[in-house]
Amino acid sequence: MSAEQQNAEPQIGWTREQMAQRVAVDIADGSYVNLGIGIPELIARYVPEGREFIYHTENGLLGMGPSPAEGEGEPELINAGKRRVTALPGASYFHHADSFSMIRGGHLDLCVLGALQVANNGDLANWSTGGPEAIPAVGGAMDLVAGVKAIYVVTQHCTKTGEPKLVEHCTFPLTGLGIVNRIYTDLAVIEVTSEGFQLVELAPGVDFEYVKERTGAPLLSMSESPTNATRA
Amino acid sequence: MIDKRVASCAQALEGVFDGATVMIGGFGEAGSPIELIHALIDQGSTDLTVVNNNTGSGEVGLAALIQAGRVAKMICSYPRTTNSTVFPKLYHSGKTKLELVPQGTLAERIRAGGAGIPAFYTPTSVGTPLAEGKEHRTIDGREYVLEYGLRADFALIKGLQADRYGNVIYNKTARNFAPIMAMAGKVTVVQAAQVVDAGEMDPETVVTPGIFVNRVVHVANPAHESELVAKGLSYPPTEPS
Repeated sequence: MSAEQQNAEPQIGWTREQMAQRVAVDIADGSYVNLGIGIPELIARYVPEGREFIYHTENGLLGMGPSPAEGEGEPELINAGKRRVTALPGASYFHHADSFSMIRGGHLDLCVLGALQVANNGDLANWSTGGPEAIPAVGGAMDLVAGVKAIYVVTQHCTKTGEPKLVEHCTFPLTGLGIVNRIYTDLAVIEVTSEGFQLVELAPGVDFEYVKERTGAPLLSMSESPTNATRA
Repeated sequence: MIDKRVASCAQALEGVFDGATVMIGGFGEAGSPIELIHALIDQGSTDLTVVNNNTGSGEVGLAALIQAGRVAKMICSYPRTTNSTVFPKLYHSGKTKLELVPQGTLAERIRAGGAGIPAFYTPTSVGTPLAEGKEHRTIDGREYVLEYGLRADFALIKGLQADRYGNVIYNKTARNFAPIMAMAGKVTVVQAAQVVDAGEMDPETVVTPGIFVNRVVHVANPAHESELVAKGLSYPPTEPS
């Protein structure tokens, strides 16, 4: 996502880097994590002190390290976004069927993805706008949401044109049903509960009403605890 | 004596026929057997069904095969990549069809095909447009969709090192689809940067056992797709005007 796709009110809320940093705070030590393309990729820069995460990239590497300097690295050491990366000490390579066995078989602890829309029942749409001219391309998103233990979404709260991305029903083609656990936006952290979207935390300078107005489905405030525990 | 080595890429592709299903290894440029793909363009087979994760980039390798009009159908998970301009044109004109498969389902269909498993149930894609029209079944309270194994008449893959028995090791993330495609190809062709004598490879580190491989061709300095694209090259090379 480019800078111009940022929220129309850039003064308010978290930056992309701060969103990534905020997600990292919630990742448990020792987690095996798959990071999607875009803001999720930034999370690897913000591992909290004293924790160790192992990054999986579905094209066949566990123990992925940061991208090398521009123009360096190897064309055959890449991540799922086809960018050059490094392999950390203790890394391993494997073929695609093994890689997706890790994913589908529930061996990964967390996947952080971008989104076009998230519904308040946890449905996710993130692979296609369904337009007649669009060439459909899905990659590994449907496998990840079907198999990884927890699914976090990190996204701008609204589209470039100010439409809410958190909605009652996804209008874009779905990636998976009822699979999103948490959403990190530029404005807030929101849990997907059995009663819908529940505010967990507001970005500095943002109030509840501001987020509520920009959310396309009912939003429970921090004090309105759902009768049921979180979906996770 | 078993000796799967052949002298040239052309020889390695003997027998590829019009209408064949061809699996081509690689995820983006990593593991793409460019020299074999170019030899396939020269060989001339057409109306091919090609299985690859992507649709190539620029006008070399897989993109060049598609541009040459040889591919009737692509089976892939992500036909959109930086510099992927050839496929969209042919797709929109209806010349090349697309079967879109989630990446892990694609991998498992290939693995299953090579492992003698005709079909399997997977949770991937349930509730999405890609599951429409497919058989569903609830097992232990969770819904799954039936997917079929995939086999190919030919599998073209790239290894780092191979021996005359067809044992193969790979380079880093270039491994991706190659080991499972090797299993699913009726005729599996490996281009390897190094070809060594039998006994020189450590059995503990062999990734693809030679039983899955039929032909080995030595390609000493394989090209990298991104480098060819950056140079603005196409295949077949255009004559300077």
